[in-house]
This record gives sequence, C-alpha cells and structure tokens, in this order.
Amino acid sequence: MSPSILLIILLGLSYLGFRLGKNRALASVGGKIKDLHSLPSFYGFYTSLWSIIPALLVTMIWLSLETSWLANAVIAGLPEAMQSLPESRLYLILNDIRNVVNGMTYSDRIDPLIADAAKRYSQLQSLSHIVLSLVAIGLSIAGISFSLFRINKSHRARNTVETAVTVMMVICSTLAIFTTLGIVFSVLFESVRFFKVIPITEFLFGLEWSPQTAMRSDQVGSSGAFGAVPLLTGTLLVSLIAMMVAVPVGLMSAIYLSEFASPRFRAMAKPTLEILAGIPTVVYGFFAALTVAPFIRDTGASLGLTVSSESALAAGLVMGVMIIPFVSSLSDDVMNAVPQALRDGAYALGATQAETIRQVVFPAALPGIVGSILLAVSRAIGETMIVVMAAGLAANLTFNPLEAVTTVTVQIVTLLVGDQEFDSPKTLAAFALGLVLFVATLLLNVLALHVVRKYREQYE
Amino acid sequence: MNYVKDLETKANYSMTKKIISDALSAPEIDRESRTTVGKITSDDPRVVCKNVNVYYGENRAINDLSLEIGNHEVISFIGPSGCGKSTFLRTLNRMNDTIVSCRVSGEIKIDGKNIYDRDLDVVPLRAMVGMVFQKPNPFPKSIYDNVAYGPRIHGLAADKRELDAIVEESLKKAGLWDEVKDRLNDLGTGLSGGQQQRLCIARTIAVNPEIILMDEPCSALDPIATAKIEQLIAELSERFTIVIVTHSMQQAARVSQRTAYFHIGHLIEVGRTNDIFTNPKHPLTEDYITGRFG
Ligand SMILES: Nc1ncnc2c1ncn2[C@@H]1O[C@H](COP(=O)(O)OP(=O)(O)O)[C@@H](O)[C@H]1O
Ligand SMILES: Nc1ncnc2c1ncn2[C@@H]1O[C@H](COP(=O)(O)OP(=O)(O)O)[C@@H](O)[C@H]1O
Ligand SMILES: [Mg+2]
Repeated sequence: MSPSILLIILLGLSYLGFRLGKNRALASVGGKIKDLHSLPSFYGFYTSLWSIIPALLVTMIWLSLETSWLANAVIAGLPEAMQSLPESRLYLILNDIRNVVNGMTYSDRIDPLIADAAKRYSQLQSLSHIVLSLVAIGLSIAGISFSLFRINKSHRARNTVETAVTVMMVICSTLAIFTTLGIVFSVLFESVRFFKVIPITEFLFGLEWSPQTAMRSDQVGSSGAFGAVPLLTGTLLVSLIAMMVAVPVGLMSAIYLSEFASPRFRAMAKPTLEILAGIPTVVYGFFAALTVAPFIRDTGASLGLTVSSESALAAGLVMGVMIIPFVSSLSDDVMNAVPQALRDGAYALGATQAETIRQVVFPAALPGIVGSILLAVSRAIGETMIVVMAAGLAANLTFNPLEAVTTVTVQIVTLLVGDQEFDSPKTLAAFALGLVLFVATLLLNVLALHVVRKYREQYE
Repeated sequence: MNYVKDLETKANYSMTKKIISDALSAPEIDRESRTTVGKITSDDPRVVCKNVNVYYGENRAINDLSLEIGNHEVISFIGPSGCGKSTFLRTLNRMNDTIVSCRVSGEIKIDGKNIYDRDLDVVPLRAMVGMVFQKPNPFPKSIYDNVAYGPRIHGLAADKRELDAIVEESLKKAGLWDEVKDRLNDLGTGLSGGQQQRLCIARTIAVNPEIILMDEPCSALDPIATAKIEQLIAELSERFTIVIVTHSMQQAARVSQRTAYFHIGHLIEVGRTNDIFTNPKHPLTEDYITGRFG
C-alpha cells in the first residue's frame, strides 16, 4: 500500500473518529448538550486528533528512516567487490537502482546485478509499506478507542483541542523563523567558502567587478576581479532614483486620498493605484528599455548631454513608478487610522488643514509611513528585471545617473545563469552578494525601527 | 434697506412672542409646543443666532433655533442625548465644516459679523472661539508642545521665552501647572483623564480665545477632576464667554448663569439657571428636570 493511499485512509479514519466522538459525547448525556463540558464538535475534534496525529507522526518518522534503511539492506546484498567501492561510487550505483525501481531508466541494457538489486529494493520497500500501514492504521484505531473510552460528560475536550491548536500555531510560526535561519546559514556558508578564495576586504572594498575572466579555471589569469563596490553604488543609485520618484509622489497621493478626496473617489483611485504594483516587472522592463530609456537619451542629446542608451535614470524612474503604490496605499491606510478627534483638536485651535496634516496627522502616522517607505526601499533594492533591461550589465563605478550601471541582484542572476562549476569563485560570488544584500536590508530595518521608536507619536 | 426692515419685523415678532408668552406665564403651555419659552435675548449679546437650522443630509438636527449669548456669561445646554446640543455647539465655531453632509442655514453673528459669510476665514474664527471636547484629545506630543501648538501656529510668541511664559500661564490657569511642571517633556497622552482634559483646556486658552465651547468636558472624569474643572470654569468666566454642554444638572446649576433646554432638535426653554431648575415653564423641561423624561 503506497503512503498516499495510507494518508487517505488515515484521513477517513479521522473523519470517522470525529463522528464517533461527537455521537459518543451526545449519547453520554442523552442529547442534552447543555450538560456537556464542551460543545459536541470539540469531542469530535478531540477524537479525530487522537486518531490522526500519532499515526501521522509514526508515518513521517518511518518514511524518513526508510530510505537509509533500504539503502543499507540493498548494499549489504551486493557482492563484496562492489560494497568496498568508495562512498561516491556507491551513491551512484544506489541512484541507478532507485531509478530502475521508479521506472526512470530508458536504456535497454540494464546491468543484471543492478536489476536484481532493484527487485530486492522494491520488494523490501513494499514490505516496509505494508508494515507501516498496519502500524499506522492500528495506531489510529487505538487512538479512536482511547478517546472514546475517555469521553464522558465532564471530560474537557475543548481545552485539549485548544491546546493542540495553539501548539500547531507555535509550530507554524517557528517554521517561518527556521526557514529564514536556514536560508541565512546556507548563504553564509557558501559566502565563507567564497571569502576563502577572495579575501573579504577585496570583495567589500574592491573597485572593479569583472567576474567573467574567471569563467574557465584552467585559463591563465583566471582570477577575475570581485570588487563589489561598483555593484553597491549601482544599487544605491538606482534605488535612490526610484525612491526620489516614489516617496514624494506616493506620500502626496496618500495625503490627497486620506485627507482631501471624497470617499467615492478614494474607493476608485486606491485600487487603480494598486494595480501599478501588480504589473509584472518584465512589462515595466520593456517600458523602461523601449520607451523611457530612448526618450531620456534623445532628450539628453538635444540638451547636449551624452546619455548611454541604457541608464540608471531610466531604470530608477520606472522602478519608482512601480513602487508608488507601496508608499501611497499603506501610508493612506495609516493616515486614515489617525483618530478624527486629533484632527478636530487641531482645527478647534484654528489650525489650517495643511497645518493639521503636517503637524498632527503626519507625526501620528509616522511609524506606518516609515514602514511603507521601508517596504518600498526593500522592493527597490531587490528589483532585478527592470534593471537588467534598462540599466544594463556594465559594472561602472559612477554616480552619474545618465550612465549604465548594474546592481547586486542583476549580477547574482548573471553569475548563476549558464553552466559553471559549482565551487568556482564566480558562482560562490553570488552567495556573497546575496549575503551583502541581506545584511544591507537588515541594517535598513534596524535603522527604521530606531527612527520609528524615536519619533513615534503614539495615540491612544 | 429691505433687509434692515426685514430684521426689524423679525425682532418685533420675537419681541411680541416673548411678551405674549410672559403674559401667559407658564403651566398652561402645551406639551406639544416647540416654540422657545423664556428670554432668548441678552442685555450684552456676544453671539446672536437667528433661525438656525442644521441638517445632516436630509435630516434636520436643529430646527429654527434663535438664541443670544451674553458677554462673559456661562450658559449651559442640557437635554437628552441626541437632541442636538453638540450639533448646535459645533455650529458656533464652524467645526461642522469637517462633516461633509452637514449644512447650516440661518444666521449666527459673533460681534455683529455673520460667521457663515462666504468670505469669512475660519482660522481666526476658531482661534477666537475655542473648543474643548467630550473625550480628552491631547496630541501625541509632549505636554509643552500640546500647549505651545496653538501659539506657534498663530505666531503669538516672538521667541522661546515668550512661548515658555504662555505655556506656563495657560497651564496655571488650567490648574495643571503644579502637577506637570517637572515633566513638561512627557507625552500629554500619558496623563490621567482629568489631567488630559485640563491639558486640553490649557491648550485652548493658550491661543487667547474669547469664547470657549465645552462639549460635556467632564463626562469621562471622576468627581475630583470634575470639581477642579468646574472651579476652573468659574475662574475663566471672568474673562471668557463659556458655553458648556452637560448631562449633569448639578453641574449646570453650579457653573452657569443661564441654561438652555434642548429637546429633539428644538430649543424648548431658556432662562436663568435658577429659574429653569426651580420653576420650569415648559412641561418637557419640567419632565427632564424632575427626571420623568423616559
Ligand atoms: N456626523 C453626523 N452625521 C449624521 N448625523 C449626525 C452626525 N452627528 C450627529 N448626528 C445626528 O444629529 C442628532 C443630534 O446629535 P448630537 O448633536 O450629537 O446630539 P447631542 O450632543 O445632544 O447628544 C442626532 O440625531 C444624531 O444622530
Ligand atoms: N492594563 C493595565 N496595565 C498596567 N497598569 C494598569 C492597567 N490597568 C490599570 N492599571 C493600573 O492599576 C491601577 C488601578 O487601575 P484601575 O483598576 O483601572 O483603577 P480605577 O478603575 O479605580 O480607576 C492604576 O494605577 C493603573 O495605572
Ligand atoms: Mg453630544
């Protein structure tokens, strides 16, 4: 019996447990719900939890141990000569066996030894699954009987079920934390490997970025240049331009929407603005590369400036438009949440609408506004597609918005696109760049938290 | 010319009405009558309201209300909830402008100037007619900044020293100085309810208003804080004209010289506080005063 069928059976059993538990509870008081400690459905959930959780836990543990146990058993059955092969070769053989088991070989000639082993593998596997199914179903039935035995009118099923739900919520919330930690550590370890090849000081302070030369490890002079400064300045420049568009436009529209616009206009304009954030970035990319960049170049040319056809300005402007709704929509929400009583207080002192907004509404909404700007900044720093298409790939160290630049994210993409050795500095550099990006956004967050705490004007 | 004549007829009309109602003198007034009983005029009027109607959309919240409020007088508005006391109070400094559906007709003159004139600027009006709200609403700023806010936006202080002086004086007048003088930089929102309300009063008097509107200023406060605010009102009344909405008849009796009784959008009766409480003329007023209003 395959694990997926087992799962369906377990779900069916738990449903059965639900009905049985509920009926049992009702029967224990002769249908008078008022006499029960908890509502009948809690007894149902109580029974179904007991029927499924132990069985599922055992199944999961079993399945996770099964692979290594099967591998050991199959290898033990191989001839001596094969068993003494080095680990990595053995691993390949095992892979072959698994492929045969799963029917993933398309070659006609299969080594009889392998075919034999594969047969044994699948036999053992189905045996293991049968035993597992018996154990799990047995546990499930035992769970149902146990809880049916415990249910009576004063049994506190609600408390048990609520505790179980709380535990599940705790598990879900820690899951997110562990995933983050996992990502951080995997990036960190690869970066450490990179820093063994390229010193961290060279990476952080080097002024030249040209990883292309390191493409072939047997080439003479394959070291390449891994100075991240041009990428950092490029990211900074593009993000800065984007924020210079998004923050003023976004805040102004938020102020208009929350303080001046009629409710009807607001109800229409807000979703319309939010559509901007929903357009795929590739589409913004074309728009930047095909419309905005040539326009900037031509305008620049008519003013006598030399503008490259791919420029930080084009990418930044379009990116700014894209992140306007991040600023406007959230800021509008927080300003709307400022109590009318505060505005009335200011108006009653003879404050004008402008003074009220600037000195009362805005400071009270500041934490939320900073939050929205921060979200926009991280979006700008992380944005890749628009920059690839509109700002180019050239790692120029410049603060001139009319020149082509490149950003950290763009370089991560170009480093990892295509075939290369996994442990070459070129590939590892992507992880180091990822780490830099992560640390930068983290610092930004800490800074923003600090700002918010310092200038917060808390109402209520 | 026509306009003036019109006013004269109106004045005559209300005068006649008053004479008749005085002559009939009291208990015979029909319970269903909604004509204002009592002396609506003042000898030294500061605020003159004539035939004021206030609408929220289609709903009329105030019907044809006429009333004069005297200089340096404390007048209290009483009446059951929802009868329009707050609505009328808010027309006096045009706080109703912030409510989109609200519309005011009729005439409200302060010092002879119609405050609903098209070209009237509400900013100086509101600086002159201050308002204290039912729920204390200090800004989430420091105590100092709360009081300094008004003087700053109106440019009342030339430098920091003058501003300090205004803040100190206002807090003293509001009876809060001794309690907060050592922590002027703490948040105003961190004070107790009674202190917050006195802070709001300090903030209001810091801009030197001439008329102060108070909408149930003590309804969220305990008796001690209430007593402090009532004492404050008594002191302020020497220099300000005060209109106070209250649900406590004792409070009305303690602080005001005149009382106006409202009933579902109508001004039913106005008179000296003493007379209203000891000898109400309109049956509805009597019911309310004696607690028979359901
Ligand atoms: N913002 C508003 N929009 C619509 N109707 C309102 C508004 N404020 C008050 N009203 C209505 O006007 C009437 C008078 O209310 P209000 O002046 O607050 O009464 P009071 O202060 O005497 O309790 C009530 O019927 C109330 O429902
Ligand atoms: N949620 C709370 N957190 C911290 N302190 C509180 C909280 N609620 C009340 N207190 C403190 O407990 C004390 C008693 O408060 P409370 O029982 O609300 O008083 P009362 O109802 O008599 O006004 C006060 O000093 C108050 O500051
Ligand atoms: Mg009210």
